[in-house]
Amino acid sequence: MKQMLTALIAGLLFGAGLTISTMVDPLRVLAFLDVFGDWDPTLAFVMGGALTVYLPVYQFFIKPSKRTLFNEPCHLPDKTRLDAPLLVGAILFGIGWGLSGICPGPGIANLTQGSVEIFVFIAALLIGMIGVKRAKRSH
Amino acid sequence: MQTDLFLQAYLGGMLIGAGALALMLFNGRIAGISGITASAFTTKIQEGGWRWAFLAGLIIAPLITAMAGYTLPDRIPGSLLTLTAAGILVGAGTRLGSGCTSGHGICGLSRLSFRSLIATLLFMGSAIVTVSLVRYVF
Repeated sequence: MKQMLTALIAGLLFGAGLTISTMVDPLRVLAFLDVFGDWDPTLAFVMGGALTVYLPVYQFFIKPSKRTLFNEPCHLPDKTRLDAPLLVGAILFGIGWGLSGICPGPGIANLTQGSVEIFVFIAALLIGMIGVKRAKRSH
Repeated sequence: MQTDLFLQAYLGGMLIGAGALALMLFNGRIAGISGITASAFTTKIQEGGWRWAFLAGLIIAPLITAMAGYTLPDRIPGSLLTLTAAGILVGAGTRLGSGCTSGHGICGLSRLSFRSLIATLLFMGSAIVTVSLVRYVF
C-alpha cells in the first residue's frame, strides 16, 4: 500500500513536469529535433532541469548505499557492456520518436487528451512492446 | 529570447526529476516509462501494483495542472498511418534498447551509465535524422 502511494505521488510529479515543461506537445518536440531548420532549444532545458535534481541526489545518496529511504534495496540495472539490441533498439526508437514527436512518457500523459490519434499511437506502442517480448521468448 | 518559456521548461524538468527521484528514494526503482509500462502488463498485480499507481499518476497529473493553466496539446499531429508506424517503432525500440528518454536519458545519464549515454546519443541522433529527412528530403 505504501509502495502504491509513493509511486502514485512520483507519477503525479513526473506527469505534472511533462505537462508544465511542454514536453507533452509533439510539435514542440519535433521543433527541438529539427536542428537543421528553425531549431527550438526549449526542451534542452527540460533535460537540464531533470538532471539538476536527479544526478546529485543519485550520486551522493543512492549510489553509495543502494538503498531506499525505507532501507530496502534499490533495483538497479547491472548491464554495463554495449550489445546489439541496445544499439538497434535505440535507433528504432529514435526513428519512431522523430516520426511522431512522442516518446513513452508524454504519450501516456497525453491519454486524457482523448483524440483518436493518441489512442492509435499508444495501441501501436503496446503492440510493438508485445512483439519484442514474443520474439525474445521464442529464442 | 523566450526566457519565460525556457524557465518554465527548466522548472517542469525539475519536477520530472523530482518524480523520478521519488520513485528511486521510496520505491528503489528506475523511472523508465517504457519499462514500467511493459512490465505493468506482465507482472502480477501484488508485486507490480506500484507500476499501475505510477502510470495512474502520470495520466491524472495533466488534469490537475490544467487547473493552473498548463494543458495538454489541442491536437496530436500526424496521420493515423504515421502514428501507427511510429508507435510500433517506439514500443519495439524501447524494449529492445531497454529504455527511452526517461530511463536512459534522465536516470541513466544521472547514474553515469555508459550504455545509457550511447543509447541517448543514438536515439537523439536517429530522431534528428528522421525529422530532417521527413521535412527536407521526402
